[in-house]
Order: sequence, then structure tokens, then C-alpha cells
Amino acid sequence: MSTTDNQLPLWEVFIQSKSGTPHKHAGSIHASDKNMALENARDIYTRRGEGRNIWVVLSDQIAASKTEDEAEFFDPADDKVYRHPSFYKVPDGVKNM
Amino acid sequence: MNTKKALYNYCLRLADNNLIAGQRLAEWCSNGPILEEDLAMTNFALDYLGQAEFHYNYAAELEGKNRSGDEIAFTRSERQYFNCLLLEQPNGDFAQSMMKIFLYSAFAKLLLGALTHSQDERLAALATKGIKEIKYHFRHSSECIIRFGNGTEESQHRSQFALNEIWPYTADLFEMNDTDQALISLGIAVDLNSLHTSWLLSVNEILNAANLSVIHNQHMYKGGYKGNHTEHLGHLLCEMQYLQRAHPGAIW
Repeated sequence: MSTTDNQLPLWEVFIQSKSGTPHKHAGSIHASDKNMALENARDIYTRRGEGRNIWVVLSDQIAASKTEDEAEFFDPADDKVYRHPSFYKVPDGVKNM
Repeated sequence: MNTKKALYNYCLRLADNNLIAGQRLAEWCSNGPILEEDLAMTNFALDYLGQAEFHYNYAAELEGKNRSGDEIAFTRSERQYFNCLLLEQPNGDFAQSMMKIFLYSAFAKLLLGALTHSQDERLAALATKGIKEIKYHFRHSSECIIRFGNGTEESQHRSQFALNEIWPYTADLFEMNDTDQALISLGIAVDLNSLHTSWLLSVNEILNAANLSVIHNQHMYKGGYKGNHTEHLGHLLCEMQYLQRAHPGAIW
């Protein structure tokens, strides 16, 4: 058996659970093109009623920050607590905060 | 044939088509060419089994002999099954299985579309529920066929071979008998002749896009709706019915 990857190109799947909410990363699938990617994503990630809308994007089209950049990218935010809007009272009845 | 008996037979035909389609697709579980298609085909299998269950339960009510839908599904012999010949054919390779789903779902989409207007409210309601699933099966299998036909030399060859093998079982889809005659005038059943032109149009559109061509003037096999089956159904039933035959009424 050959160990080379003979699967189709890899796509990342983002599912919106109901309208108005953001799409969330659900996982990845293999597909030859956009239509097939949408169908495969539908078959794998929305079987239990998880979705109302699907986005797919080729995995190699996503630019990701590098692990070795973690310190300079994210550490400076650690001591800036004043950037959190935690000094306000959230009115009753406000959801999704 | 009285109306009730005809309606019972008609329900069985719809149920048997769904059950046999589901059983064949379920055979792909863990054997799909890629994970995505493995899941797609087992999803479809569950869609068909779900539809079969509704139709068997309705048939059981119509029969009025206190049998459950499961008993009707699992304890008849092959001559008592009214499914079409196309669906009982062995899976073959992935192209052949996809070709079967494609040709059948193109038909079922039209049949259920027409059945949504049936004078029998239960059949109409089941058709309305089922057609969403069938439309997706048609869409997915069409897309696959188009890719096979325009893919590699091997995929082109295999999909053309699949079409040659399966096409002779397609006339059987439209073969009517006493059951249909008894129900068409009452507006309960669908005149299958009225679906044939639309079926050819939608099938040919996809086959053209896939650069696949039908070999005409082949012998066409018929008889499924009357219980005259190919040798493959018996083997399928042996496996499918084993548990209910060995342990009648077993549930878990």
C-alpha cells in the first residue's frame, strides 16, 4: 500500500447554527471543488441539525499566524486589563455577551 | 382488485423500494472510497430506511391483521417484494452504486413530486416529507456522475460501464400493473407513463454533461413491481432477514 495522500484537496468548514450568529469552524473535509465541498460538509457536519448555512474554504488559502510568533503577537495583551469592557454593567435582558 | 388491497400493494412497492435502496447503500458502510462519500452514502441509506418505515407502518394499518411494519418488512419471501429491479442489483464499484442512486433518485424525485398531490392524504404527506431527501440524493449523485465522466480515463471508463450495466433495468421503473390501474383513476397513484419524458430529460441532461452515452436497443428487464425479481434479491434478503428469521420479533 502506498502511503502517499491520494485524497482530494482539503477544505475548512464553517457552520452557522442559526441566522444572525457567526459561522464557527466545524472541522475539515476533502473535496474536488466548491460544490462538492459544500455537499460533503453538509453530509458530515449538519446531520444532527447543527446548521443553517455553510462556508467552505480551501485549507491552503487560509493564512495562519505562526506558533513561534506567539510571544510578540499575543503576550503584550496580557497586562492590559483595561481593554476588557468589564467595568460596565450589562443591562438585564442582553443576550450573547 | 379492490382499492384497499391495491393501496396496500402500492404502499409495499414504495416501502420495498426504500428498504432495498437503504440496504444496498448500507453495504457501503466503512467501504466508501473516501470518508466523505462513506458518510454520504450511509446518510442516504438512513433516509431511505426512514421513508421505508413510514410506508411499512401505513401498509400494516391498511392490512389490518395486527402485523407490525417490521414483520411485513422482514418476513416476506422474494416473490412478495414489489421493489424495482434496479435497486436490488449488486453494488458493484462506486461508479455503479452512484449510477443506481442517480437513475433511481431522478425517478423518485418525479414520483414523489406527483404523489404530493395524491388523493390519499397519508401518501401525499409522506411524499412531501420524503422529496426533500430525494432531491438531495439526486443532486449529490448527479454531481458525482458529472465528475466521473469528466475525470480520469479510468473514472470515465468505469462510469460508462456502470451506465451500460444498469440502464437495462430502468424501463422496469415505469412498468405498471393492476395495482396502478386500480388507483390511478381515483387520483391516488401516479400514472408512471406521465413521468417518463421528464425523467429522460433530467437524466440526459446530466449524462450529456458527463459525456456518457446510453446504448439503445438493449434488452430491458422488467417485472419487479409484480414480484418477478433477478437472482440478486434472494441473496440480499438472506442477509437482511437473517436476524428476524432466527429470532422472530427481536428488538434492541
